[in-house]
Amino acid sequence: MHLPCPCCGPRDLREFTHKGADDYLRRPAPDAPPEAWDDYLHTRANPAGRTRDLWYHDPCGTWIAVTRDTVTHAVIGATGLEDAQ
Amino acid sequence: MRFNALRVLKEGLTGNRGWRPHWRKPAPKPEYDMLIIGGGGHGLATAWYLARNHGVTNIAVLEKGYLGGGNIGRNTTIVRANYFLPGNSEFYSHSLKLWEGLEADLNYNVMHSQRGLINLFHSDGQRDAFARRGNAMLAQGDDAILLGRDELRTLLPCLDYDQARFPIYGGLYHKRGGTARHDAVAWGYARAADARGVDLIENCEVTGITVNAGKVIGVTTSRGEIRARKVGIVTAGRSSQVATMAGLRLPIESHVLQAFVTEGLKPCLDHVVAFGMGHFYISQSDKGGLVFGGDLDFYASYAARGNLPTVEHVMEAGMTLMPMIGRAKVLRSWGGIMDMTPDGSPIIDRTPIDGLYLDAGWCYGGFKAVPASGWCMAHLMATDQPHPVARRFRLDRFATGELLDEEGTGSQHNLH
Repeated sequence: MHLPCPCCGPRDLREFTHKGADDYLRRPAPDAPPEAWDDYLHTRANPAGRTRDLWYHDPCGTWIAVTRDTVTHAVIGATGLEDAQ
Repeated sequence: MRFNALRVLKEGLTGNRGWRPHWRKPAPKPEYDMLIIGGGGHGLATAWYLARNHGVTNIAVLEKGYLGGGNIGRNTTIVRANYFLPGNSEFYSHSLKLWEGLEADLNYNVMHSQRGLINLFHSDGQRDAFARRGNAMLAQGDDAILLGRDELRTLLPCLDYDQARFPIYGGLYHKRGGTARHDAVAWGYARAADARGVDLIENCEVTGITVNAGKVIGVTTSRGEIRARKVGIVTAGRSSQVATMAGLRLPIESHVLQAFVTEGLKPCLDHVVAFGMGHFYISQSDKGGLVFGGDLDFYASYAARGNLPTVEHVMEAGMTLMPMIGRAKVLRSWGGIMDMTPDGSPIIDRTPIDGLYLDAGWCYGGFKAVPASGWCMAHLMATDQPHPVARRFRLDRFATGELLDEEGTGSQHNLH
């Protein structure tokens, strides 16, 4: 599997660290109720099919949001995280 | 159908034309007392213990494909009870005791082999941690022996003890650990449950869970609607999809774990060996193949196959630990879909919907748990109370903070 880094182009999977689903982009307010934090940290849609998740490109230090298919491993696209937010 | 030596001889001499299926192929009835979604190890075990322990036999197991075609047929068959945390420890201890009586209970040869499991350690600090774990296992009533390097050498002469990165200091020896024939476990439970009148319905995909006023009333399937007041979701690997049918969102992310087997070799490895620091574990199957695996690929996947970087890492770890396997050819590799929870421990609990129960989140440790999972899920569905050894496997523990993080690696699905 290759992932497209916005800085470096398509790069080998082993250069990346996987963080998790893009739920991590929706951080609740500090005073949000515990349920909101539980949802943010733990519960997941966990789709079989198209998903969007966060990866870190170790060599260049870019966080990216990758749209890909969890069933076929096809990579559809990626954006740098400041753009993704 | 039953087996005996005379029958095997007779069938062998007459062209093996007399064997019959192990279980019936019933059409689904319009209503049952209970339904179990998922005909894998855990689902079939749940059905068996519902019938055996609670006398509930008007039940059906609904399986999308064929029985035992999911993770029960795709694992590395290790059975052990070497957990540390209260909540896990008593559960896996219970499971190992059930394994030890399973063949007599089911009258089925599951080839349970208590060949011993050895977890290697590589530093003084890790030795202390393993001594502590061993004491926890003893306190639970199970077995553990802390072996030094010289004692270990007599058991495992084939390892490289002086490797530069992880020199082997010794191992924690769990004698009652071992392996079992994974498919036979599913077949044994299926045959036993079927004999008690449980309907095992294959090629029957659940497409919806019908809920009325907060209570489950049945399911819709590819073979029509089926009513029941109690429904158990036992579909590890697809838990999120099935729970979504009832409007639930689970604390689960699905990851891929790869495993490998070599061509058949003469007996060379008598135990199950776990090289945790290298992310590698290995045993030898009864056919002679070396069965081994490593860590997750670390990204969410339902592909049931992994990528090459993890293959490379596992091979490197194997060569580091036991260079002698370098000449063996890898016959095949495969991936399983792991229900990863944020703390690495499973869920056996009621759901917010009345009559809907969940057995999920087995991460990559579901095989050894099959008997106790079925036992406790059956107890939960029959009595509406958690079984004492599974009382910590709550669905709401992530919200309350009562986590069971055995590895202490933090609240992220792919870190366990």
